[in-house]
Amino acid sequence: MMRSTMRTLIIAAAAMVVGATAAQASGEKIELPARNWSWQGGWNNVFGSFDRAQLQRGLQIYTEVCSGCHSLKLVTYRNLAALGYSEDEVKAYAGAHEVQDGPNDDGEMFMRPALPSDRFVSPFANDQAARASNNGALPPDLSLIAKARKGGANYIFGILTGYEEAPEGFPLSEGMNYNHYFAGHQIAMAQPLMDDVVTYADGTAATTEQLASDITAFLAWTAEPELEERKSMGVRVMIFLAFFTILLIAVKRRVWADVKH
Amino acid sequence: MATKTEFKNPVIRWVDDRLPVFTYLEHEYHQFPMPKNLNYWWNFGALASIVLVVMIVTGIMLAMQYTAHVSLAFESVERIMRDVNYGWLLRYMHTNGASMFFIVVYIHIFRGLYYGSYKKPRELLWMLGVAILLLMMATAFMGYVLPWGQMSFWGATVITNLFSAIPLVGKSIVIWLWGGFSVDNPTLNRFFALHYLLPFAIFAVVALHVVAVHITGSNNPAGVDVQAPRDTVAFHPYFTAKDSVGLGVFLLFFAAIVFFAPNLFGEPDNYIKANPMQTPPHIVPEWYFLPFYAILRAVPDNFIGDWVTSWMGFSFISAKLAGVIAMFGSIAVLFVLPWLDTSKVRSARYRPVYRWFFWIFMIVCGVLGWVGANPAEGWFIVIGRVATAYYFAHFLVVFPLLGWLETPRPLPASISEPVLKEKA
Repeated sequence: MMRSTMRTLIIAAAAMVVGATAAQASGEKIELPARNWSWQGGWNNVFGSFDRAQLQRGLQIYTEVCSGCHSLKLVTYRNLAALGYSEDEVKAYAGAHEVQDGPNDDGEMFMRPALPSDRFVSPFANDQAARASNNGALPPDLSLIAKARKGGANYIFGILTGYEEAPEGFPLSEGMNYNHYFAGHQIAMAQPLMDDVVTYADGTAATTEQLASDITAFLAWTAEPELEERKSMGVRVMIFLAFFTILLIAVKRRVWADVKH
Repeated sequence: MATKTEFKNPVIRWVDDRLPVFTYLEHEYHQFPMPKNLNYWWNFGALASIVLVVMIVTGIMLAMQYTAHVSLAFESVERIMRDVNYGWLLRYMHTNGASMFFIVVYIHIFRGLYYGSYKKPRELLWMLGVAILLLMMATAFMGYVLPWGQMSFWGATVITNLFSAIPLVGKSIVIWLWGGFSVDNPTLNRFFALHYLLPFAIFAVVALHVVAVHITGSNNPAGVDVQAPRDTVAFHPYFTAKDSVGLGVFLLFFAAIVFFAPNLFGEPDNYIKANPMQTPPHIVPEWYFLPFYAILRAVPDNFIGDWVTSWMGFSFISAKLAGVIAMFGSIAVLFVLPWLDTSKVRSARYRPVYRWFFWIFMIVCGVLGWVGANPAEGWFIVIGRVATAYYFAHFLVVFPLLGWLETPRPLPASISEPVLKEKA
């Protein structure tokens, strides 16, 4: 009895593993678009930095489009100063959102305008509410999305520009959308970016491609807000270490000069 | 420790008369005779000890900011990355430091294999080294669980579940390890406690490892014993200078990774908070475990044979248990290597056939790593099995037989001899 139960369990587990791997094996390898980004790729891995105007455009897209469904829980409003905004601008941006605070002296929770020290306000109270409003799908938090997906920036750009008509005979489920770059090609998110979905404050032409690369830059920043400080420190550290190592090599040669080996 | 050194400074003399730490330092790190023919591959022991110190220092500072709770751990790590002063630097040094530690230690081990550093009289030195490797693996595994990302959680689930393969008591052991019925808050808490404890255990074994190497003295590229003082130079300044060169180059490499490619060795999935309800498509361990992961998965289902199972009436050794045994066996075999290798000649320089097998073995380890990184399907299964079989054959067949069959090249009479000949 025990043995047969175990056996059934093992077979079931094995079938699940085989099924899962078979499903993956059938999914073809998707080539992501290879874009040039100001902060990564080639020598930009060392010297690259963010374009402030692009980050600000990205914030505008997040505010007007993405933030309807996606949270940015790890980012604080005060962090926006890094995008080139003044203290007053950050305060104004934060103040446009409401957060719950309390309890006050009467024991009541109350709403107040957000402060620069608050985290970005999420569009939904909790995951269940997010699913309920999105056909059962959970829009992921975007704070770390650029580090949490293979391909990073190229992946985000790919997803945002990869919406297509489903090929003939593709079994697209009800309420799902066809995306060239999404694993399995069925994505719950409807195409979020289209030409002129945003009117840029700085007058840049809002083509889909422009929008996608701007929001990608913004999300690369939210994932790695330390990126520029890290690289500039890295360059200084490398220069120091290179110089120091040359000195050490000279010292070693001097010390060993009298040894036959 | 022959003669006692006389120190000029009265304070140092006072202390040294009562506790001879200065005499010890003088003997072991100043006058200590080192074979003068050591090449740069001998830097990696010193580098490993420096990385250990870097890991402990950055680790203690991270622990001051980290919260070991399932609902706070992920966010506390992100707080370190975003809000703690230079927290990103500490964390990237620590996570990449783990990779550096394994790179350095693996090179150190392969150097030992190439030059026969495990042979008499250095067997115990070698075994202490294997113990350090095991402790490092346990520490690295538990450290990887702490950020509580998807790979943290699922890696912990897969690895702790390995113990369920132990007959009869396996399931109970797993529940005991977890402190519950799945990987959860008690697991995270104890992993944090042990991750803080084990580095100090490593430090202690490293101390024994260093004491042992100061008893036998270092092996050397020629693999012949030191015979006369002309074969050696003092540790300081000669090897402090030489090790420093290696350290400079190593730090350049380490810094390039930390500052310009800090997530190169990481899995993107670990930037997703752990979700027990959602299994990632591929659960892969960190790169330094990949060859062992490949060995774990290499054992076929019918390894022991269905007829044995039916004859015994129950399956005592499941494929899973066999895989676990193979994985631990792949390290256990290193413990007995000094007795598996029947060749009296240490250095591969004078072992023309072994040298070939050494490089084949290195390639096989690389292949195992590559197989471990890929899903267990199709050709990967076959290649993984062949490479695993070869891994064990290298130790259990090649090493014993080669000592008998190989004709080594003539050894130099002393460490100094090749140099003197060349100069003459």
